[in-house]
Amino acid sequence: MRSIIDAFQFIGDNLHFMLTKTVEHLALSGAAIAVSLVIAIPLGVTLGHRHRGSFLAINASNIGRALPSLAIISIGIGILGIGFINVMVAMVVLAVPPMLTNAYVAVDGVDPDAVEAARAAGMSPGQVLRQVEMPLAVPLMFAGIRTGAVYVVATATLAAIAGGGGLGDVIVNQATYGTPGVIAGALMVTALAFLVEGLFAVIQRLLTPRALRHEEGPAELLAPVIEGT
Amino acid sequence: MQGVPDPGSAAAAIEFRAVTKRYPGREAPAVRELSLSVPAGEICVLIGPSGSGKTTAMKMVNRLIDITEGDITIGEQSVRSLDLTELRRGIGYVFQQIGLFPHMSVEDNIGTVPRLLGWNKQRIRDRVGELLELVGLEQSDARRYPGQFSGGQRQRIGVARAMAAGQPIMLMDEPFGAVDPIARDRLQNDFLRLHAEVRKTVIFVTHDIDEAIKMGHRIAILKDGELVQYGTPDDILASPANEFIADFVGADRGLKRLLLRELRDIELTSLNGGTDDLPTVDERTSLRDALSLMVTRRVTALTVMGEDGERRGTVSMETLAHFADRDKSDTGVEA
Amino acid sequence: MIAQLALPIAQGGPVIPTFQRGSNCVRENRQFCWEWFSSHWSSTFQPRLIEHIELTAIAVGIGFVIAFVTALVAYRWEWAVNPATAVFALVYTIPSLAFFQLMVPFTGLTRLSAEIALVSYTLLILFRNILTGLREVPPDAIEAAQAMGLTRRQTLTRVELPLAMPAIMAGIRIATVTIISLATVAAFIGVGGLGEPIFNAIQTGFKTQFIAAGVLAVLLALVTDAVLVVVQRLLTPWARAKVG
Repeated sequence: MRSIIDAFQFIGDNLHFMLTKTVEHLALSGAAIAVSLVIAIPLGVTLGHRHRGSFLAINASNIGRALPSLAIISIGIGILGIGFINVMVAMVVLAVPPMLTNAYVAVDGVDPDAVEAARAAGMSPGQVLRQVEMPLAVPLMFAGIRTGAVYVVATATLAAIAGGGGLGDVIVNQATYGTPGVIAGALMVTALAFLVEGLFAVIQRLLTPRALRHEEGPAELLAPVIEGT
Repeated sequence: MQGVPDPGSAAAAIEFRAVTKRYPGREAPAVRELSLSVPAGEICVLIGPSGSGKTTAMKMVNRLIDITEGDITIGEQSVRSLDLTELRRGIGYVFQQIGLFPHMSVEDNIGTVPRLLGWNKQRIRDRVGELLELVGLEQSDARRYPGQFSGGQRQRIGVARAMAAGQPIMLMDEPFGAVDPIARDRLQNDFLRLHAEVRKTVIFVTHDIDEAIKMGHRIAILKDGELVQYGTPDDILASPANEFIADFVGADRGLKRLLLRELRDIELTSLNGGTDDLPTVDERTSLRDALSLMVTRRVTALTVMGEDGERRGTVSMETLAHFADRDKSDTGVEA
Repeated sequence: MIAQLALPIAQGGPVIPTFQRGSNCVRENRQFCWEWFSSHWSSTFQPRLIEHIELTAIAVGIGFVIAFVTALVAYRWEWAVNPATAVFALVYTIPSLAFFQLMVPFTGLTRLSAEIALVSYTLLILFRNILTGLREVPPDAIEAAQAMGLTRRQTLTRVELPLAMPAIMAGIRIATVTIISLATVAAFIGVGGLGEPIFNAIQTGFKTQFIAAGVLAVLLALVTDAVLVVVQRLLTPWARAKVG
């Protein structure tokens, strides 16, 4: 209990510093999320729309899950050296799989009857995608984005090891900041993770067409259970 | 406390005594003071429009639904007095969705209740073999899984499972509803054949009047939870108790009655010389099909042939109409 | 020790371990020196691998018990689903490094700290999958079981749980692989596992060491996943036999 109190003391004493670190953390995370989105979503949506590449899309998630973030970062150090690029690459490699898999499954799994009706009504493939498939796919797809985003924030913590900055810097640096500092860093990054999760949950809620709002809540945190037998 | 009759024993009679089922919050009871007797070894069909309470009534026998008032007895034993688990192990249950256990082989599915009762492996295996033959499946099917069979085959397995421990009673809730008409016809015939061999007391729920007429020794027609008429198919077709029943069985009930008999069951007119040019028909044809033949051939009489190729006699349209038309059933019982 | 990573990294340039018989490969710090790896297998890598497997097995084992009991409760009493999911999701969201560090003031730099965190990470996945598996059991199979006279407990053990097995196994697979991944970070609080050579190597900059450890961790995860898939297939023979 003492440590928690000390930690809050530390935050109070070093508020500006901690906030700087937090912003650094968010910036790094934001960049990684943005890059991941750009890679994963168009790819996943296209594959899902065309109902191709299911093996790749679904196993991407399984493989991504098996990659220890620390290992990826460290292998990255070995290949790319210390620095921002390495960290970004590692985080993107880890965030893309859940986003990709969910985007794919979401679009691929849209009620085929709805798609058929749309096509029969004379919509072009692009229109079908934009007006029918995407709205129906949004909830599941966004669950994947949410997973990826929280994953990125968590991984950014480890990025400190590779010179990435952010709150991880504080957590790994016991010598410089002492135990109160480390705990403070841990608490803040946890709070940050909760905030991001909560924020994305709200956005997901807003993006889900009212008619589709059934099962929601924390249970949708993870990518769907893919039983790849 | 006695349990239900031992496996393999004779079937028991079922009796409903003023059975009522009320659901909280609803004014009208689902089943109102239902009283009827099903003699041992007979098939009693419960039929009625939706909401008539037929399934509710059946499910009160094995207490899948609790009885609010009244009682049901199986061979003098009240179902309310028996231990629930023991009661159910003595009753076979077949329903539309079949409910086979997908993770168990056919043999394990069928052997579920025998296993619960503690039969040894060999006895179960033998019993399964017996039953597979009885329901028209191959011995090799024992080792396969439900997912590998068609709907009709799965229901056969369901029936086998419901009789595996020699349960004297069987409850069937629209059991053949989920299969196509041809498979359904076959299932019905096979079940009747099976029942002739193993006479259990059966309560059979359906909404299809033709199925009821075909399957039932007795039919109980329910409406809004009440029993409207209870009698043999012939009773009901000959003398419907009221207009509802008359509508329910259909305007062609006269013709339906003709389905109940075959030419070999009735008295034929003796042959004389002048009937050589009449179309012939086998004596095992139903009266209705005989009438249908007369209509399509534009004749008013047929020559009836026996299996051996010998002529048995003739039958006229007048005679057939007579059978369709009588107010009372054959036995003279008032409906 | 480990916590002073930042310093050497900031100074730039790796520190190469010098050995009496140091080979060219090691001196030049090439990507991967097989010789070094194989000679150091039993001293450096094998014990860490075993530690890693232990950490994972204990976490998944304990996590499974907790999740299983909770799932059974939630299956029976629906009001428990939301609170349980909320709690499990909450702990799952905590970044791993932070979680391990937060445990230290309370339970020290011990395996217990690591296990508390790792167990927590299994809970959401296992709970969700077990519950979903149970809920997706075909209701007509349950109706048949009840009508045939199976007791509640018999229905659960002979019908519901076996039919929930595919989902449960999928959950175990996902949880195990996730924990193998997260257990690498546990080395940060000194409990060993494959994370240790990685952290050490980051400090010294010795490429072979952390590539080897990293690859080992990945291989462990993939192999475990494959083994569990086989186990799953063995446990559910009926899932493959379908109508031709």
